[in-house]
Amino acid sequence: MSQDLPLLARYAESLFWMARYLERVENLARLIDVTQIFESPGREAAAWYALIRINADEDEFAKRAHAADPDTVKRFYLLERDNPSSIPASIDAARMNARTLRPLISTEMWMQLNMFHRDVAAITEDELQGDKLSRLCGMIKLGVQKHTGITEGTFFRDQGWCFYELGRLIERADQTTRLLDIRFHSLVPHGTEERRVEEMTLWAGVLRGAAGYHAFRRVAPPGFTPQDVVRFLLTDASFPRSVLLCVGQMEWLLGLLRSRYGLRGTVAALERIEEVRAAILSRPVERVIAEGLHEFLDGVQRDLILLAGEIGTAFFRDWRPLATEQQPAVAPVMTQTGMTQAGMTQAGMTQNGMTQEMRAQRPG
Amino acid sequence: MTTQPDPDPPPDDLADAPAPMTPPVADPFAGYDPDPYFCELAPDRGGDGGAIARLRAAISAIGLDALRARAASAENDLINLGITFTVYSEATAIDRILPFDCIPRVLTASEWARIEAGVKQRVAALNAFLHDIYHARKITTDGVVPADLVFTNPNYRPEMEDFPVRFGTYVHICGVDIVRDQHGEFRVLEDNARTPSGVSYVVENRHVMLRSFPDLIAGLRLRPVDDYGQRLREAMTEIAPEGVDDPQIVLLSPGIYNSAYFEHVFLAREMGVPLVEGADLAVEKDRVWMRTTGALRPVHTIYRRIGDDFLDPTVFRPDSMLGVPGLIGAWRKGNVTLANAVGTGVADDKAIYAYMPRIIRYYLDQDPILPIVETHICREKQGLQYTLDRLDQLVVKPVGESGGYGITIGPRASRMELESARALLLNDPSNWISQPVIGLSVAPTLTEQGLRPRHLDLRPYAVTGRSTWVLPGGLSRVALKEGSLVVNSSQGGGSKDTWVLAEG
Repeated sequence: MSQDLPLLARYAESLFWMARYLERVENLARLIDVTQIFESPGREAAAWYALIRINADEDEFAKRAHAADPDTVKRFYLLERDNPSSIPASIDAARMNARTLRPLISTEMWMQLNMFHRDVAAITEDELQGDKLSRLCGMIKLGVQKHTGITEGTFFRDQGWCFYELGRLIERADQTTRLLDIRFHSLVPHGTEERRVEEMTLWAGVLRGAAGYHAFRRVAPPGFTPQDVVRFLLTDASFPRSVLLCVGQMEWLLGLLRSRYGLRGTVAALERIEEVRAAILSRPVERVIAEGLHEFLDGVQRDLILLAGEIGTAFFRDWRPLATEQQPAVAPVMTQTGMTQAGMTQAGMTQNGMTQEMRAQRPG
Repeated sequence: MTTQPDPDPPPDDLADAPAPMTPPVADPFAGYDPDPYFCELAPDRGGDGGAIARLRAAISAIGLDALRARAASAENDLINLGITFTVYSEATAIDRILPFDCIPRVLTASEWARIEAGVKQRVAALNAFLHDIYHARKITTDGVVPADLVFTNPNYRPEMEDFPVRFGTYVHICGVDIVRDQHGEFRVLEDNARTPSGVSYVVENRHVMLRSFPDLIAGLRLRPVDDYGQRLREAMTEIAPEGVDDPQIVLLSPGIYNSAYFEHVFLAREMGVPLVEGADLAVEKDRVWMRTTGALRPVHTIYRRIGDDFLDPTVFRPDSMLGVPGLIGAWRKGNVTLANAVGTGVADDKAIYAYMPRIIRYYLDQDPILPIVETHICREKQGLQYTLDRLDQLVVKPVGESGGYGITIGPRASRMELESARALLLNDPSNWISQPVIGLSVAPTLTEQGLRPRHLDLRPYAVTGRSTWVLPGGLSRVALKEGSLVVNSSQGGGSKDTWVLAEG
């Protein structure tokens, strides 16, 4: 019976983006937490600015004439609501989508997100300091994990769920590549023993940031190398945040949309997934690193952006008259960071442009 | 000898002290005096089988402090659940909860029977009136209602002329605002026959009460309110275009920025139908479709929460971005049903209101079960003169406004306010009606001072497809400010759970 339930294209898009924004929040909290570990004396500013760089936020950061000191970077991501890639801005966007989705999502999902939104809006400067920062990151991670758990346990599993999962997985894959990028410049395989130990400590930090340290220890050889970490995060078949696992699940979901829900238009997206998989598997990790991990990760991120665009074109675009009639180019705005939701800008316009009309619709 | 105080003094010195007194629980009703108004929770009203007295005792047993604490946590639930409406000021939009008062309003079985019958009668008369004015126009020809009042009314829609609607139902969802005067008599204050809102609070308020005050409900047999969505869906199914057995129903909302968005969500969920915005719908070949992830899907019944003006930019306001181009065309072809029908606003206009008793008699040949409030029509010479002579005693209301805006309450108005009302009246008399000040009934309401009398009204909701069903109870809106008569949510009103006692 549920196979026959139609899903509004607008709902599908909002589900995709709600999941994406929340996954982004969790991963950004993880990145911030990991960055603390890299704060070796004298290099604090470099460590924190790396965060700006891997999120490709240099322009946004520079626009505010911010100094690249640790506190400014923390504020940029944890307090500045008008920075579109900050955690509060992402929660705003997620809640806005959830609000659109209230007819569809469970009351429990909405309620938790509503409360989480309030907690994040209440973050203070003081909580960014010292040991409090790690606890704050923990609170944010837990907030998203609660959301994910509530969704798992309460959200109806029809095609809407597929779009939700697609959004979550594509963001997760993207974020894992960013986490990997955090130390690309320090891949120095042959250094002093002291340097090597320091290096491995940092990689262990990356693994912890991805909640993969213990799993990694189980599968990795005893004296592991950075290559092993990269291979694990990129290709492991069982680790929930590995790029290949995320991509494989997306492939399964797209297949489900086609076979169970009869949706056509999955071809381009499925082909793109093949490309991502081929790019990751075609060369041994050692060669990828030798030829430039950063460039490689950039390539994967670009493919994921194209994949999201293809999903959008196939399933979402139709609901907006602007998109179908005037400018098919409402295709999502691409940025280095991945992307922002085209519909959100649209919604912003709606808010300003249509408020008058909305007011005229005062209830009786 | 030690100079240090004994860290653990023996309790001897307490042994002979008198047992500490348990402070008495503060009675929430202390100082409550409804005089001179009719109290909705008077213990001696009769016909309630003692339920009200027991309820009052249960409230007293909880005590004022616990009552406050539980009321606060109930309101907190509403915030967390996002059961909010949006208030627009000049530049901002703020989500607020409709303040919830935890002291329920009680209607006895016989009181409710009267209201229910009166509401059904009114809905029947409204539908008969609409059918007549859009077809044979007998009532104006017979001079019962002045023709110009109907046909020059901005809410009269020529598009509706000679257009048949299923079962003759134009007003599928109707909210009737009812007040109670000093003598306990129910009187209709106005009809809401366009897109009445507020029913979601009726159901949510009951949920809050069941969660937070189960001890007040325990032992009482209340008429349930949970099946509103089911009833609404049944009606929407009945009115679908002929030949469509399993219609696709949708709720058309202006979207998340509308102040009643929560209610739209609520109703869509309760009915189990998609909540759509204008951009989700498309009209092709005079049929309405919704844009899904796959193909376009046909739509058969639209419960629209968008005003007539905004429904279709090709017919009504061309600047509307909320509507669907071509919708009215598809509707006139009979391929889709709109609820409520277009053009119902002419029937719930405050100017028509004064004629409702005559309209009821004209079509149904019955006396009105629920009287209206004595009303003076300022477009008529004597009505205007009567009003001008007694401005300081009357409530003057603009015709065709909603939300409690533009009302002058004579006895409360300053001289300047009265003068400005007089100027407005003289400038455009036909835009105004006046009514005597009604001593609205009161109900005990939780305030800083404890329970205090606050004025309230009642809006029952009637759903009509083939026949009419009235949700037991309705929305009790309460003016939270001391002495205030304005219960609208946009002007600081709150709401109470409305309990209809089951028979016997």
